[in-house]
Amino acid sequence: MIGINILTVTQLNTYVKAILDGEKKLWDVFLLGEISNLTNHYQSGHLYFSLKDEKSTIRAVMFFFSAKNLKFTPKNGMSVIVRGKVSLYENSGNYQIYVEDMQPDGLGSLNLAFEQLKEKLANEGLFDPTLKKPLPRYPQRVGLITAKTGAALFDVLSILKRRCPLIEVLFYPVMVQGTKAAEQIIEAIKFFNLQKNEKSRADVLIVTRGGGSIEDLWCFNDESLAREIFKSKIPIISAVGHETDFTICDFVADLRAPTPSAAAEVVSPEMNETILKIDTYVLRMKRKIIDEIKKYQKEVAAFASRNKLKEQIRWINKKKMILQLSVNKLESNFLRILNKKKEAYLLSVSRLDNLSPLKILSLGYSLAISEDGNVINSITKVNKNDEITIKLKDGQLRCSVNKKIKK
Amino acid sequence: MKQMSFEQAMKDLEEIVAKLEDGEESLEKSLELFEKGAKLAGFCNEILANAEQKVTELTNTAIEKGAENV
Repeated sequence: MIGINILTVTQLNTYVKAILDGEKKLWDVFLLGEISNLTNHYQSGHLYFSLKDEKSTIRAVMFFFSAKNLKFTPKNGMSVIVRGKVSLYENSGNYQIYVEDMQPDGLGSLNLAFEQLKEKLANEGLFDPTLKKPLPRYPQRVGLITAKTGAALFDVLSILKRRCPLIEVLFYPVMVQGTKAAEQIIEAIKFFNLQKNEKSRADVLIVTRGGGSIEDLWCFNDESLAREIFKSKIPIISAVGHETDFTICDFVADLRAPTPSAAAEVVSPEMNETILKIDTYVLRMKRKIIDEIKKYQKEVAAFASRNKLKEQIRWINKKKMILQLSVNKLESNFLRILNKKKEAYLLSVSRLDNLSPLKILSLGYSLAISEDGNVINSITKVNKNDEITIKLKDGQLRCSVNKKIKK
Repeated sequence: MKQMSFEQAMKDLEEIVAKLEDGEESLEKSLELFEKGAKLAGFCNEILANAEQKVTELTNTAIEKGAENV
């Protein structure tokens, strides 16, 4: 290795630092950028952060003796103009800016871009609450779009398993940060929307990732992704980062869940609750049908008794009528018979009267009675010398037959 | 009923309960609804009782081939 100048890391860092420090243009720089990954060392009071724009990042440090003069509290996402010296921190080999002064520059440019995109999409109606698709109450399959290695995957699966193992999970692994993330998530949404096969069709999609810096979550502010979510026929739940993080994805999705776990809870009905619900339904049906049967029984009974009564009345009326007819008939018959009888009686009486022997005797006739007590109405009934009795109106005569003279 | 989804079964069950409670139906129809509802409830309970979490990871091949491999 003769002739090759081998450096130590320290030598290289010192050398680069010397070059940077020798460049006069870098001694006093005004720089516009957005603060991210800010850490405030409370003990030392030094501020460590990054400044960034759409493409690049630079490490920055603001020491206590400068930071104490700041009139505002720097925050992540804030766009600022800083003044300082560019140099290299030999220990880490990081090239960075040593900030002496810092002014806020209104909204950070990323934030500005975010706000502009948000406004644009809102004006186009992508966030229209009336266009949001309703979530299925009992999804059979959930399409899960998240990183294979993230905590979000674990959170979602464990909650689904606990609450409703009935739900089948179709997990589509994607990158959830960096330049390729948005594109992959778009592909995933397209994939699910293209499925025709019943078994691979998701009823709802969850697009999710865990917490991270604004830059980490930035892919969820992608315009094409927002449009793909809007286009999706399958309802989409967006759960990006923590509760305080809002992305364009969240606004355009059919539902925004604050965390991956919350998204899992939203799609999964609690199984115990569902079981209880089914039981309640069965109970309600039973109660109703029993009521119904009872009501019906009563109705039938009432109907029957009502009909019976009616029939009885009708029967009675009919019988009454027949009876009346009979009575009438009877009465008329009776009267006729009675009258006839009366006449007959009167006739008989008069006849009887006429036939009365006493009446006849009173006229001067007499009645001859033989010894054996029979009325003698012919000379043949007696013999000569027979003893007979002659009844007159006031007594009788005992006589003997002297002679029979035939007429 | 085997091909029916859980969600569909629950939906049908809810509709039957509502219809029954409306009380507009004849007793015969009510009994028919009740029988159908009871069957649906049994079907749902059975599905829930046998539920086991199933996770399918869509591999690159599955994604390329689409539905058939899933």
